[in-house]
Amino acid sequence: MISFSLWDIVRHLCVGAAWTAGLSLVAFALGGAAGLGVLFARISPRRRLSAPAKAYIEFFQDTPLLMQLFLIFFGFGLLGLDISPLLTAAIGLTLFTSAYLAEIWRGCVEAIPKGQWEASDCLAMSSLQRMRFVILPQALRTAIPPTVGFSVQVVKGTAVTSIIGFMEITKTGSMIANATFKPLLVYALAAVFYFIICFPLSALARRVERRLHAACAR
Amino acid sequence: MSYAFSIEPILDNWEIFAQGAAMTLLLTALGAVTGVAAGILGAVSRAWRLPVLSPFYAVYVECVRNTPFLVQLYFIFFGLPSLGVKLSGWEASFLAMALNLGAYSTEIIRAGVMAVPRGQIEAAESLAMDRWQIFRFVILRPALKTVWPALCSQIIIVMLGSSVCSQVAAQELTYAANLIQSRTFRAFEIYFFSTLLYLGLAILVRRFLKAFGRRIIDGRTA
Repeated sequence: MISFSLWDIVRHLCVGAAWTAGLSLVAFALGGAAGLGVLFARISPRRRLSAPAKAYIEFFQDTPLLMQLFLIFFGFGLLGLDISPLLTAAIGLTLFTSAYLAEIWRGCVEAIPKGQWEASDCLAMSSLQRMRFVILPQALRTAIPPTVGFSVQVVKGTAVTSIIGFMEITKTGSMIANATFKPLLVYALAAVFYFIICFPLSALARRVERRLHAACAR
Repeated sequence: MSYAFSIEPILDNWEIFAQGAAMTLLLTALGAVTGVAAGILGAVSRAWRLPVLSPFYAVYVECVRNTPFLVQLYFIFFGLPSLGVKLSGWEASFLAMALNLGAYSTEIIRAGVMAVPRGQIEAAESLAMDRWQIFRFVILRPALKTVWPALCSQIIIVMLGSSVCSQVAAQELTYAANLIQSRTFRAFEIYFFSTLLYLGLAILVRRFLKAFGRRIIDGRTA
């Protein structure tokens, strides 16, 4: 039997933390790009585009992330493709993130006063120009705080991928806990690792929001 | 490859599904009531800067909001027994859900409490309402009314999050799905159906909470 010193536990959790951070970054970047596409479909005046986008968002918001991961994992299996936990986690979290970000950003776009939309119509802008030069630049300002805030949810969402066997902080933690019989210490340390990643993001979100409020009040 | 979507494993095991769904609803109901109660206490402590309670809640909220629910659950279920606190799967799940929702609802309700205009409270004072009446009718009720939609979403998020409670052997819907899956090996069908069940539960609970909010919070003016 291998004995674990405190340093050994921390060392292994560090490796897990790197995977957690990597997966979060991939999910956030890809999910953001996909979310932009979903957003455009969702706010489109054409029902053929907006209705599926709405259903997509509601599906991912109203079902557990764990179930989404299971469906991807076993769904690919049905197609005869063997899919690794890493790929399952990346696909699952990307889809999950895209749905939430699209909904967050929709709120920001719809908060732009109607006059701005009408004004760009009066200037004979195409709908692409209107988005690019009038709506998105303004929506971006209000979108930053909730988007940063949501990144915390993505990091925490990665914990669920431990259940399908992805070796991030939580999975590493539970394996060490089983080997050392020190679950209290190991899970507390795992929580500390998540806190170290998430707290700066939460604090940043709060700061950006406060600054935005101050700018709007001026 | 020949594969046929088979509905039989779902029909044959509907009782297990029903029990799982009932457990998920029960956990959600208990967690929501306890969590929102803890949130009201937290919001008041934070908004009025009560000694002891306010700093306690500040730390508690940050700790819960910046760590995953799954780790909190593991800490309670696997970690606490070394301190002599042994909880069963569903007790640990309930505690984790209530603690989690307590932290989020503290922040949500606090926003509502802070949004009550000062003039309203002064008006209530000049009407000779006592402190309890002011709190109940002038602060809490309008505050809850303002933040009710956000609170509902958070309760739904906690309910969906409870799917990981199967990991500590709480016999909720995902546990039922895992059980049936291991008996029938029809993984995709089982998880597909459970996903639809979760979707249905989420829609149902949202409707219920909306109606509840209309009736209890902004309904009768007492």
